[in-house]
Amino acid sequence: MISLTGISRVFTVGDEQVYGLRDVDLEITTGEYVSIMGPSGSGKSTLLNMIGLLDKADSGRYLLEGEDMTGLDDSRQADLRRHKIGFIFQFFHLVPRMSAAENIELPMILAGLPSSERKKRVQGAIEAFGLTNRARHRPDELSGGQRQRVAIARATIMRPHILLADEPTGNLDRVSGKEVIDILEDLNRQQITLLMVTHDPELGRRAKRQIHMVDGRIESDVAQGPFREKEPKKNHEAN
Amino acid sequence: MLPRGHFAKKSQKKIMKLIDIIRFAVRAATGYPTRTMLLLLAMAIGAGSVVVLSTLGDGARNYVINQFSSLGSNLLIVLPGRSETVGGPPPLLGITPRDLTLDDAMALLRSSAIRYVAPISVGAAPVSRGRLEREVSILGSTPDLIYIRRLAMAGGQFLPEGDITRAASVCVLGYKIKQELFGSSSALGEMVRIGDRRFRILGVLAEKGQSIGMDMGDIVVIPVASAQALFNTASLFRIMIEVTDRDAMARAKEQVLQTIRQRHDGEDDVTVISQDAVLATFDRIFTALTLTVAGIGAISIAVAGILIMNVMLIAVSQRRSEVGLLKAIGAPSRRIVTLFLAESAFLSTIGAVLGLLLSAVAVWAIEQVFADFPLEIPLWSLCAAVGVSVATGLLFGVLPAIRAARLDPVLSLSRR
Repeated sequence: MISLTGISRVFTVGDEQVYGLRDVDLEITTGEYVSIMGPSGSGKSTLLNMIGLLDKADSGRYLLEGEDMTGLDDSRQADLRRHKIGFIFQFFHLVPRMSAAENIELPMILAGLPSSERKKRVQGAIEAFGLTNRARHRPDELSGGQRQRVAIARATIMRPHILLADEPTGNLDRVSGKEVIDILEDLNRQQITLLMVTHDPELGRRAKRQIHMVDGRIESDVAQGPFREKEPKKNHEAN
Repeated sequence: MLPRGHFAKKSQKKIMKLIDIIRFAVRAATGYPTRTMLLLLAMAIGAGSVVVLSTLGDGARNYVINQFSSLGSNLLIVLPGRSETVGGPPPLLGITPRDLTLDDAMALLRSSAIRYVAPISVGAAPVSRGRLEREVSILGSTPDLIYIRRLAMAGGQFLPEGDITRAASVCVLGYKIKQELFGSSSALGEMVRIGDRRFRILGVLAEKGQSIGMDMGDIVVIPVASAQALFNTASLFRIMIEVTDRDAMARAKEQVLQTIRQRHDGEDDVTVISQDAVLATFDRIFTALTLTVAGIGAISIAVAGILIMNVMLIAVSQRRSEVGLLKAIGAPSRRIVTLFLAESAFLSTIGAVLGLLLSAVAVWAIEQVFADFPLEIPLWSLCAAVGVSVATGLLFGVLPAIRAARLDPVLSLSRR
């Protein structure tokens, strides 16, 4: 579970101080599906990066699964990113010189998993995400939808608990966008906490919990949506 | 709140495997073929030049040593004056050394440890036959010279045995002089004019080439007394001595010094050098020379290192989003440093290996052109080339690697 208390993030632009996040309090339980919406510069991505340990708060307290994240050193943070968190980006960020399969394998290489285990998992992911005859292709030979599927496979290959998606469909056409959302929601159904930043209100409404941000503050935080089946598991064995 | 142990157990300290680090670096290097080729070329030239230059230096040393060895191994050379090659401060009182004379040379022959003695007087004089005339080096000596310097005759005989104080008008021509004055016709028994005297030609030296810096083809040998008369001097340039055997060298040297001291009123005013001393001196000189040229080669490796740094810095800024991604999927900063360092190390190692191949080809080519120049790639130069290359690659890879590790992942990922 994610717990933010009084989180602020200040950027210095020139000699001006710009608030990325102002005094944000937020609790997200395991397995939730949360969309974060708001205008550009409202702090959506900053919030996501903060939760994903890519950015550090200037003040406040962040607990991830009970552990205090404030003041954690670089290698421990990297450790948590590797094992607990999966990122999905608008621009996919696949390594251009590597094939789809190699991109998917990359987090496991960094984690030092044995080669046999890596092969097995990559094979499984390639089949699960419908990339069977694209595995050896490089990113520039793949369509946008395929690229994002590779990116999702990479983000989930270490079996993280939290999936952070920053405009995952922002660069896709409607059909591939729908495909990607289906995959993400499917993963959420398997108890992965899903946080998704989006501009698209229609997409945002699909989430069971919707957060609106303005000027670095959470303006509204409502739990609703078409399928209301909120079942926050307090059992930490599921973590 | 959960205990910390909950995390520690799940995320065991597993780190990226070495083989994967190498593979990643190799893939990164080969992913950009043009810049990789250029880098490899620069490094190869650097490493190759270290090997080629030190091989040439080593070859020059061997060449000189071989030249000396061809003189015969039990050689002593007596020079007028003190300590010519040993160094030390110059004499404060300005000693004027006594000249070496023919009598000194003859006195030396009485030593039991000495087999041959060849007093030598050198100078230059015009040599002419008919309308052909040229200034030539004249070497005045005795019949023993042929043994001491291992000379071979192309025809005729060498200087005749007999009283060495007699200034006979006979001479032996070097091969080249003979060709110039007589062409292909026989010179034996003919007369040439040296200075203002006429000399009868007894023989012609074989085409032997260089011998300690003196072109034995471009020389005329006459009896030492004739040379002294020709140059109007009673002194000798030096005396060459062949000792009976190697074990007698020290004894012979002592006897030479003693004899000369007696004859020169108790003054040690000559220097006796052995071939070993000369060789040791040359060895030192050429080792220094070799190291110098190898150092020049090392500079080119350093230049290649700066190129590596440049290219790696460009690579870091080109691969910002890749670095950001690596951080997002769980690479700590020091892993990023390792990956970029591994890439520079890989590039410089392969560059060095290519450089070794390049140098092997270059040395082979030089050998084809200068067949009698003994070339052998010294082992230490191979090690030095590879060592310096890899060290340079790592050294100049540090800055780009650190810069990559310091990239802010949020900023790096915010662009495509």
